[in-house]
Amino acid sequence: MTKGVGVQLDQLWIRFGDFVAVRDANVSIRGGEFFSFLGPSGCGKTTILRAVSGFLEPSQGRVLIGDKDMAGIGANKRPTALIFQNLALFPLMKVWENIAFALEVKGASSADRRRRADELLELIALKGQGDKLVSELSGGQRQRVAIARALCAEPDVLLLDEPLSALDLKLRQHMRTELRAIQRQVGITFIYITHDQGEALTMSDHVAVMREGVIDQVADGKTIYDDPATPFVASFVGENNVFRGKVKSVVDGHAIVATNRSGELRGRIAGSAKGTLAVGDDAMLFIRPEAFSIGADDQIDDHAIRAQIRHEEFEGQAYNVFLEGDAGKEIKMSLVNQGQSRTSAAGSNITLAFDPDQALVLPKGQMASEH
Amino acid sequence: MRALSAFFEKNGSLLGAYLILAVGFWILVLIILPQLSMLDISFRHNLPPALVGSERDVYTLDNYRHLLHGNPGNPDRLSIFGYETSIPLNRVDLAVFVKTLFVAILITLFDLILCYPLAYFLGQSPAGGSARIFVLLLIIPYWVNEILRAFAFRIIFGTSGVINTVLLGAGLIDQPYDFIRENVALYAGLGYAYILLMIFPIYNAIESLDRNQIEAARDLGSPWWRIHWRVVIPFAKPGIVSGCTMVFMLTAGALAAPQILGGPSSLWFTQIVYQWFNTGQNWARGSAYAVVLLVTCIVLVLALMRAFKVKMGEIGK
Repeated sequence: MTKGVGVQLDQLWIRFGDFVAVRDANVSIRGGEFFSFLGPSGCGKTTILRAVSGFLEPSQGRVLIGDKDMAGIGANKRPTALIFQNLALFPLMKVWENIAFALEVKGASSADRRRRADELLELIALKGQGDKLVSELSGGQRQRVAIARALCAEPDVLLLDEPLSALDLKLRQHMRTELRAIQRQVGITFIYITHDQGEALTMSDHVAVMREGVIDQVADGKTIYDDPATPFVASFVGENNVFRGKVKSVVDGHAIVATNRSGELRGRIAGSAKGTLAVGDDAMLFIRPEAFSIGADDQIDDHAIRAQIRHEEFEGQAYNVFLEGDAGKEIKMSLVNQGQSRTSAAGSNITLAFDPDQALVLPKGQMASEH
Repeated sequence: MRALSAFFEKNGSLLGAYLILAVGFWILVLIILPQLSMLDISFRHNLPPALVGSERDVYTLDNYRHLLHGNPGNPDRLSIFGYETSIPLNRVDLAVFVKTLFVAILITLFDLILCYPLAYFLGQSPAGGSARIFVLLLIIPYWVNEILRAFAFRIIFGTSGVINTVLLGAGLIDQPYDFIRENVALYAGLGYAYILLMIFPIYNAIESLDRNQIEAARDLGSPWWRIHWRVVIPFAKPGIVSGCTMVFMLTAGALAAPQILGGPSSLWFTQIVYQWFNTGQNWARGSAYAVVLLVTCIVLVLALMRAFKVKMGEIGK
């Protein structure tokens, strides 16, 4: 892999009037990595992308590409290429003209443009389709043409604005693999914007999770999922059961939380809260649905919860079991489908056991969405 | 037949019947019949009412011949490369005809150059806000009657008009410039008269252009002019051709502006048609002249559409 060009966001603020779209973003994206911004719609991730591509000037702070400050450099002069959410292919040009547009701008001869377009068509497995119109291609093919068109500009950084969101599930999964493969092949930096955690986690070397203009956490996918830095990340990425309460004791990286409705529960203190979480603090204990297993009926300790089964959904690869704990506390458990029949009838009481290392304790904070 | 019954099913019998009757009336009674009768008259002699229908009322090419050759005894002769032929030439009328078409083409181009940036600005600015006010500002002057607007131009461009006063006051000229005699007022008036018909079709076309395409082109390094050349103009082409067609047709067929703003020695072809109908009391000749103008304009427009590879259906969009 060639050494790609890195991108730095240095104390970046972007305001629209009184509205702060991006608040003090500090991110260092390494050259040649696949980096994702993940967040709900309206969190400011597209704004960041537009600031990197040059369609938007920061209100404050800097965007650096390869250590060079991009202030005052327009979108057509930056070493970036953007793939739009709706692709924005030129409908009146042939596929090869679309792909070679960046070369046309540079004044390359028609033969050179055609040759380069054909090379890129081969890279995206669309050999021989150059003379078609964009409208004659399928969704996945257009997707690939958009990638080729951007790559033809030989950017140092490729920016992708949720380009897979319009595709159906199968194609989307396929394109994830393909995008990752293309990124490895060309070796340039990819910055990917998505609200789909699956996309972010599968493709990225690093993920930045955003909330209301603030970057909550930057880490690799595994860390984001297993050791979220804030309640927002814990609840936005994947599913999570949250138990609110107060910290009763802190021992050895673990904390016992006296929860409001589910008794005292033990969990691992999140990396971000180590050393700061103190006894008496308001805390949230997160347990993922898949971290639960069915325990013995007489298990009563700080890593078990008694609850009553309300209903169950069969999702194919897993059963989702919806339970109700004390005082109406809603809990979700997910059991991998290993050929077993349904867990048990609605209304029966079971014990939900969990490994305290799989339960995560964080200081109280804002959640992704309150259910 | 199936299409017709589907049409009635979709719109209901009452609305369906109304639509067909209204459109039929509009096309047949208001467009086709008058044009056909004009075509018919153009091939007849100009006879006093008593002789209409008599054996002297026969078809003739005289009226068309007159446009080419003029009156019998016309001394003007067609000359090709300086060599004079024996063919008589109606130099006056033909010169007006060619000048009318030529100026109409120039005015159409001028309007296009003037309106494209405006239409682009309007089409790409977000809905509502300043664009809407702008459109309103463009439309409101057209609430004023066309003839009054032409007179307003006469006043502006008159020897003691605003423009001359300003130019004199600024010391740029030492005596008033006769904009009317020099036809400046006429061309300005004609250029202004149908500007909306140029702006709106282009605006309509550009409005539906995905903004991202412009940004994509810019992102790929394109300077602004190439974005227009390769992305915006091809997309707006049907609107551009539609606007040009309307402006050209209406300018070539304008009457009020040339009557009011034309200089003393200037004639617009429609004025000659008008003279044959009115002062000349020769409807047959007027009709022939009008038919020639109409057919020439249609041929030019079709040639334009062909040259720019725009289909008739696209213009309706």
